[in-house]
Amino acid sequence: MNPLDVPADPPGPFQPRSGQRGSGFLTGPLRRGTTPSATVGPYLAIGLSWADGEWAAAEGTTDGFWIRGRVIDGAGEVVPDAMVETWQADPDGRFPSPEDPRGAAEYPGFRGYARSQTLSGEFAVFTVKPGRVPDGEGGLQAPHVDVSVFARGLLDRVVTRIYFADEEAANAEDVVLRSVAEARRDTLLAVPTGDGYRFDVRLQGESETVFFAV
Amino acid sequence: MTRSTSDGGLVLPRYLVEDPSHRTPLAYPGYRSTALRAPLREPVDLPHRLTEVTGPVLGEDRVQAHDADLTWRNGGEAVGQRILVHGRVLDSDGRPVPGALVEVWQANAAGRYRHVVDQWPAPLDPHFDGLGRVVTDDLGRYEFLTIKPGAYPWGNHHNAWRPAHVHFSLFGRAFTQRLVTQMYFPDDPLFGQDPIFNAIPPVARDRAISRFSLERTQDNWALAFEWDIVLRGAEQTPFEASDPADDDGDVA
Ligand SMILES: [Fe+3]
Repeated sequence: MNPLDVPADPPGPFQPRSGQRGSGFLTGPLRRGTTPSATVGPYLAIGLSWADGEWAAAEGTTDGFWIRGRVIDGAGEVVPDAMVETWQADPDGRFPSPEDPRGAAEYPGFRGYARSQTLSGEFAVFTVKPGRVPDGEGGLQAPHVDVSVFARGLLDRVVTRIYFADEEAANAEDVVLRSVAEARRDTLLAVPTGDGYRFDVRLQGESETVFFAV
Repeated sequence: MTRSTSDGGLVLPRYLVEDPSHRTPLAYPGYRSTALRAPLREPVDLPHRLTEVTGPVLGEDRVQAHDADLTWRNGGEAVGQRILVHGRVLDSDGRPVPGALVEVWQANAAGRYRHVVDQWPAPLDPHFDGLGRVVTDDLGRYEFLTIKPGAYPWGNHHNAWRPAHVHFSLFGRAFTQRLVTQMYFPDDPLFGQDPIFNAIPPVARDRAISRFSLERTQDNWALAFEWDIVLRGAEQTPFEASDPADDDGDVA
């Protein structure tokens, strides 16, 4: 057989192996892939320390309180190199964010956002009780704080929510709490203390905190 | 980004979820510290509501002019190869994210961090603290001048070395867009043995690597690397207000 004796092309169009002829044009909207996350590593204090980090509400704000807690690993050890971030509505249930379709709210001294490292063994955030926010299903959510936890050994943040143990009636009708197995709901409850609330984050174990996929 | 519908309901952006096969998993066996820290249970799905689609406004007041130039601290020049790191912060639809706070931190040219936990025998540089902050401009652009960080050993496994990298922390518009990540340099020979880099699924690894950018090198001054950062994009979805009577009309 002569390797140079190439048969003529077929009479019809070639069929690509996929069976779909390429046009070179997009068949859907162009989406860029998102940048992959990475751990904050052990040295986050260099880049992420803020003198005013812990203050979601300014010092002296009426009805302000502290939320304190530990981050605990799968061996039951306190994690001293984590960072906890919080984001929440103001007492009127509005957000200091232009992304709130009801308009960005301004509540005196309220930033809504705080970050705290766990160097002392605990994080601490000074804030006010958030108001109730519409749930999109005709009801209101119970007062809640969205939480991100970052640490060495976590390749992405983990997300949870703080609810308040003294808001039983509102908690009972909250759509998010109701989506969580009843036995695990109390991992999301901050418990009243002398100067505010306590909320521990358990990364693993019997009473692993409920984490959310956002 | 958001608007109201005529019936008093609201329209919220719904932030797209990247395919899990393109995202860094929380845990990776080769990265030992994940074993006791990464949660073991499946996360509960949280449909985006107002708390998730809003986010703090953290702008220029957090940033001083010298924060974008890491090469001059304590009245002196940092030692190392000067580099300009620049790029854009975009969402996955290609729209720029203006006004985004970008915080960076990194090791010095010898691969040592200015941190009490970092005790490996490499010199500290009195003129380098490794901290930078910038806010993206109207087109989502950022840039900072720094020195190329050194690789460093980290004890995860025998002869473990982190490829040179800069840590990045970003806020977009919404809680869902929050991102902490690391930027790498092209063709690093240490990629193959680094579990933190290799935890990124192969299809997405390129997104973590900057590009040498001859067009932004500065004659007689600095090399340049370009790195675009892509945050989650959004679709619009209607959101029922709790009660149209609650709506006091000041809808954006
Ligand atoms: Fe590092």
